[in-house]
Amino acid sequence: MDYFATVATIIVIQAIAACGLNVIVGYAGQISLGHAAFFGIGAYASAMLTTKAGLTFWQALPISLLISMSLGFLLGLPSLRVREDFLAITTIGINFIVEAVFVYTPFFGGALGLGGIPRVAVFGSRLGNSQFLALCAVFLAITLMICRQFTRTWMGLACFAVRENETAASSMGISPVRAKLSAFVLGTGMAGLSGALYAHYARFISAGDFGFPISISMLSMVVLGGMGTLAGPLLGALIIGVLPEVFRSLMDYRMFLYSMLLLLMIRFQPGGLLGEQSAAAGLLKGILNRRRASSA
Amino acid sequence: MPSALLCVKNLSVHFGGLKAVDDVSFELGAGEILGLLGPNGAGKTTCFNAISGVYPPTSGEILYDGRRANGTPPHGMAKLGVGRTFQIVHPFVGLSARENVIVALGGDHYRGALWRSLASWKKRSIADEADEILRTVGLLDMADRRVGQMPIGNLRRVEIARALALRPRLLLLDESFSGLHHSEILHIEGLVRHIRDTGVSVLLIEHNMKVAMALSDRVVVLDHGRKLAEGLPSEVSSNPAVIEAYLGRGGSGNAA
Repeated sequence: MDYFATVATIIVIQAIAACGLNVIVGYAGQISLGHAAFFGIGAYASAMLTTKAGLTFWQALPISLLISMSLGFLLGLPSLRVREDFLAITTIGINFIVEAVFVYTPFFGGALGLGGIPRVAVFGSRLGNSQFLALCAVFLAITLMICRQFTRTWMGLACFAVRENETAASSMGISPVRAKLSAFVLGTGMAGLSGALYAHYARFISAGDFGFPISISMLSMVVLGGMGTLAGPLLGALIIGVLPEVFRSLMDYRMFLYSMLLLLMIRFQPGGLLGEQSAAAGLLKGILNRRRASSA
Repeated sequence: MPSALLCVKNLSVHFGGLKAVDDVSFELGAGEILGLLGPNGAGKTTCFNAISGVYPPTSGEILYDGRRANGTPPHGMAKLGVGRTFQIVHPFVGLSARENVIVALGGDHYRGALWRSLASWKKRSIADEADEILRTVGLLDMADRRVGQMPIGNLRRVEIARALALRPRLLLLDESFSGLHHSEILHIEGLVRHIRDTGVSVLLIEHNMKVAMALSDRVVVLDHGRKLAEGLPSEVSSNPAVIEAYLGRGGSGNAA
């Protein structure tokens, strides 16, 4: 049970971050290869606030979210003025810089990281593993609701328009920078939430937890599940979270496998498993139809 | 013309050493259809892009409704009431025809206070408004269809519908007739006249001479970035300089 809860919790936490990345990549069409930076900012913010400032998780959470969203705004402002491939490079840069700040600043615990992060307590009682899993699941549900709601707002529609065609979007009265920035801030906020949960789950964090490979694995989740779909990042997080548990012996080849997966998906299934013209969904439908036909 | 809606004064757009548009001036009155003609590479689309805010002019002035509009970004021009279509269509392919139009209905939701942009666009009244515009361009029966699966004729209409959704006072049509067959051309011709009759000024780029001459109240002919001629369609089509630009020196053909 404990093993299950541990694996499930990390999957749920990563799914929250993947949902945030999906807002940026899937909804607004802006490639980000530095999502783990904001995951890390949320984690460090909550860790610092609870261990050094003595706040509780609940007091620290809004501040951590504010910090990750503000930094998302500040770092997004210059980044989102450049297009496509440059944005990919810029966001990689952000990831490395943020990681370096964590490693080389004694204030953030340096290379030793931050330990002694308290468990989350609700009404004075500390949550056990499965209770914490339930809490994370609630946050994931809230995240999904916000994502769904965002697609119904004018700003969400503006993001779709920018994703489809930036030139046309701007001649429809949309400021592309504003649309991209709102997606970026929302996405980094979700990464921050995920990070804060992660800090109190791991209870010890170091800069390595938020490196570039994590960004890649988050992007793999989004691409695998289906960019721009609601449940895609969830499915992606599930598959990529479960795979290493099943194939422990392949741990060393993880990055290689992620890259292969990304390449194959983009080449053959750019819409992802839950996206449009998905072979997986089509196959499933086909099987179901055949079953129905044979049982009738 | 005292009531000029758009006034282009000595407009130049240079890309390095290339003078794509060179010292071009013209005016467009309220409720007028002005044809912008010229052979390939004459600078027509560059001129459009300067007016709609895509490229800042190198020199010269663009006055819209009496105000200097140089350097206003495309979304700013859209706010001022300038709608445009594209020579190479730029539809939002993943969205339905209705959603394409709704994007342009956003207006003030994309500007100003944040809470306004967090309002929902999935409302009956908004869908009805979009459907009304789709009806005008004759695409109502395809409102739910994804734009990515539509043929070029429908895409051109989607673009016009989107531009109309901005409630424009000036409509820029960049070759909205190209790639269409005869009945579609007739339909869009009628549509453009209808739009003009509702008080919208139209500036159109067109390669199809028959269409351009029939539709335009006046025409401006560009060649190599410079203004070659301006006047009524009948005057311009018999202008020897225009015939030469289209057919070359010594040609004895009829430009129209």
